[in-house]
Amino acid sequence: MTSKIKSFDELKSVQKRLKAGRDPKKPCITVCVGTGCLAYGTKKLVESFREELSKRDLADRIDFRTSGCHGFCERGPMVVLSPEKIFYQRVGLADAGEIIDKTLLKGEIIDRLLYVDPATGEKVVHEDDVPFYKKQSRLIFGLNSKVDPESIEDYLAIGGYGALGKALTGMKPEEIIQEIIKANLRGRGGGGFPAGWKWDATRKAQGEPKYIVCNADEGDPGAYMDRSLLEGDPHLVLEGMVIGAYAIGSSQGYIYVRNEYPLAVKNTHIAIRQAREAGLLGENILGSGFSFDVKVNRGGGAFVCGESSALFASLEGRAGEPRAKYIHATDRGLYDKPTNLNNVETWANVPFIIERGAGWFAGIGTAGSKGTKIFSLVGKINNTGLVEVPMGTTLREIVFEIGGGIPDGRKFKAIQTGGPSGGCIPEKYLDMRVDFDELTKIGSMMGSGGMIVMDDRNCMVDVAKYFTNFLVSESCGKCVPCREGVRRMRDILLDITEGKGREGDVELLEKISTGILDGSLCALGSSAPNPVLSTIRYFRDEYAAHIKEKRCPAGVCRDLITYSVDAEKCTGCTVCAKVCPTGAASGERKKVHVIDQAKCTKCGACREGCKFDSIIVR
Amino acid sequence: MVNLTIDNRKIEAEAGQTIMEAARENGIVIPTLCSHESLEPSGACRLCVVEVEHGKRTSVVTSCLYPVAEGLTVKTKSERVMDVRRLVLQLLLARCPESQQLKEMAEDLGIEPEPRFTPDKDNSKCILCRMCVRTCEKVVGVCAIGFSYRGAEKNVCTPFKEDSVSCIGCGACAYVCPSGHIEMETTESGDARTIWGRTFKMKTCKVCGRYFAPEDQLVYISQKTGVPVEDLAVCTSCR
Amino acid sequence: MEEKVKEIIQQYSGDRSYLVPILQDVQREFNYLPKDALCAVSAHLSVPISRVYEVVTFYKAFSLKPKGRYQLSLCMGTACHVRSAELIARNVEDILGIREGDTTADLEFSYETVGCLGACALGPVLVVNGEYHGHMNIAKSTKILKKLGKKGATDDEQD
Repeated sequence: MTSKIKSFDELKSVQKRLKAGRDPKKPCITVCVGTGCLAYGTKKLVESFREELSKRDLADRIDFRTSGCHGFCERGPMVVLSPEKIFYQRVGLADAGEIIDKTLLKGEIIDRLLYVDPATGEKVVHEDDVPFYKKQSRLIFGLNSKVDPESIEDYLAIGGYGALGKALTGMKPEEIIQEIIKANLRGRGGGGFPAGWKWDATRKAQGEPKYIVCNADEGDPGAYMDRSLLEGDPHLVLEGMVIGAYAIGSSQGYIYVRNEYPLAVKNTHIAIRQAREAGLLGENILGSGFSFDVKVNRGGGAFVCGESSALFASLEGRAGEPRAKYIHATDRGLYDKPTNLNNVETWANVPFIIERGAGWFAGIGTAGSKGTKIFSLVGKINNTGLVEVPMGTTLREIVFEIGGGIPDGRKFKAIQTGGPSGGCIPEKYLDMRVDFDELTKIGSMMGSGGMIVMDDRNCMVDVAKYFTNFLVSESCGKCVPCREGVRRMRDILLDITEGKGREGDVELLEKISTGILDGSLCALGSSAPNPVLSTIRYFRDEYAAHIKEKRCPAGVCRDLITYSVDAEKCTGCTVCAKVCPTGAASGERKKVHVIDQAKCTKCGACREGCKFDSIIVR
Repeated sequence: MVNLTIDNRKIEAEAGQTIMEAARENGIVIPTLCSHESLEPSGACRLCVVEVEHGKRTSVVTSCLYPVAEGLTVKTKSERVMDVRRLVLQLLLARCPESQQLKEMAEDLGIEPEPRFTPDKDNSKCILCRMCVRTCEKVVGVCAIGFSYRGAEKNVCTPFKEDSVSCIGCGACAYVCPSGHIEMETTESGDARTIWGRTFKMKTCKVCGRYFAPEDQLVYISQKTGVPVEDLAVCTSCR
Repeated sequence: MEEKVKEIIQQYSGDRSYLVPILQDVQREFNYLPKDALCAVSAHLSVPISRVYEVVTFYKAFSLKPKGRYQLSLCMGTACHVRSAELIARNVEDILGIREGDTTADLEFSYETVGCLGACALGPVLVVNGEYHGHMNIAKSTKILKKLGKKGATDDEQD
């Protein structure tokens, strides 16, 4: 427990003492306990390590630490052994003892736990040499693996809250805002609005009190970087918020976090308590006379609450309905008071900019988009995980070099960015440099940074239907175009995927889209047609195949496909017959099987079970 | 005062007014289904959208919410505006095919139903304009009705869809409803009215003897104002 | 019930802006949101019951019906969708004989789909009473339901 720190000088000496108390050469086992790894059952592995260490009486000689998400979720459970940074992946519960005995005590590498680079077939020993990490610039996210999220000492030992000390003692609020403006930090939550301008407007706005809010209502399906930051390094986000509050002149902050993220909620609560105890939050922070505190508010499960005015409504205890924003939140936001809302990743960037300067930050990225961006790379990709790269990195680098390409040697078809408000990007743009403006130009958007990779077995009409369906159930229902229009679009898409599409449907979808874009009340509505528009723009042929030929080229839309057995490949192993719930698949052992179309419900169980790729879907 | 142009007409408006207010004062009609002078605007129906120019950019905004500004150029019937308005009405016609009021409005604006939208079959005439809920909360002050669920499933109802204990039977929600959805039935003699599934006993005017208001409503007003119920039992014509 | 609700409200100092978290705590306490509890929330927080009902039905996290002994959440995030979560959803619905968002009549199983759990590397993901089951497929979901005692979980399928 850290006692109250009363000045910047005292903070510096605490940081120094904590750092000195840590021998960088002392062996340390770090186990990732992000939500992804926990889902693999990592909790038991942690217990096992603790047990094995105490059994061998090694607790003094070997440090043990749990940390937040390292990003390479595909390969969990993950263990990193310092100081060499030996990287073990897919570690089993029974491996803890062996890792201690062999690697830590004898210096032997356990071959089977190493990552194998699929491109070269070579085994990789050190974390930094894993291609997934090697091509990244893990500026913000890299801290996750260096700290135990439940330990403020860990954060202080790596210089944490130093930027806050610098800001509070050496900088005027206006100077801080100028620094953020010069850095051109743009909002990481979706819109990409310059954070500095927002801060400036809130500072200058009439009305007291002023609020700052951290948006951790990460609702984009397929994006989880904000959760991982809040889970893995909550102090970084808090530090950014305190600096922002000081610059803006706010004494009360809120963190609005999804209820589906229990670990993030827990770790944030712990961090707030620790920061208060250390005098880094609350009354008279670091003896500067500045006071600021933070409350955590859990969301109720509504995507629309990521929209600022809906978020404020939810924070006020009401249904999350947006309102028209001809008066900005910076003037009248939460409780009609000036409010500055930024998302988790935006706040997390702030301490770096203050610590290292706007010039340094603006040196990273493209002309209009500075710094790095964390993407959640998911879907049909070999290396699922969180990826942090400088703005301007190409999609090809992200998908093929970091992501390791498409599984099972299948063909890349599209990458979806920006969540339900974004669009699907086809292969021809793979060499595009990803930043806020480029993505918007081609009909998608940055959003919070979800990247969903699709291969040739994904149907783009089905994807459009998926997002539209999502938006139908997430529309708040306040305004007509979004509530009624999006469900009509969904109905038409449903028809198309069921073989009931009509001539002119695509054009009608485009027409409805225009009306929704122009006519909706909030940004959720006015971006709702994007998934449909972008798939029409780049995959019009696929729509035509569904409508005119009643055919789903990707083999997804159930009413347009049939399952059959490829006689060449079938070995008569009988698996399909065993897994078929309706008895449609049948045949004798070691003889080619058949599927009775009359009985087949197209559930997909045979294709899933077949080890010889002999089920044809057309 | 600020100067602006609406549909090529130069207009003077009070600062703080909305475009809709300024237009209405100058005889320019902007269609709407959710705005009412006694209620704060909500911007829900989207019929009142107009196109505004700021410099080189133009955008479609909600006239019931957008404040007038010096030099603003507004078009209330541009193609972009009409595209939104047409879609909104077509969507509402498909949602509430039974609503006579909507049909008339569509006819006035020359808008045909979109044949590809299958009309809803639940016989609801509710367009979710929110006027009833807002009136009940802000004007009457009882919050007897509210919204439930969200998106396409959103609807107006009493809590748990059961008889509301707080409803006073005043009928303000039915009066303000623009699409004829909220039904209020009164007995032939006028001694009782039924609304939201609950039947209210009516009180007679002590002067003319006609039934004029639900007893619950008079009790509510009495509690709010401190005026005894008996003193309130005079209808508006006899007051 | 009222005492418990009062206790929860007190933890938030009776601040009505905490309506959503208060309701979450009430739901955790009773496994769903009983009408009486909501009336108690309304009374002690001075929020009209119509507003409480509005909030409860607006947010997906709340349930007005009791939940089953086994609560199944199938992730329908985009990553899971492109990995054929839809087929699993159909399988689960077929076996349980209920639709998404419902509970079986014997109060054994509740089944819902959720937006994204952020465990995309494991997708598709089925969560059973808080425990994650990753890389889900049709056969695995059948096996899980069978293990939990759902008789309908067919057939003579062998492990």
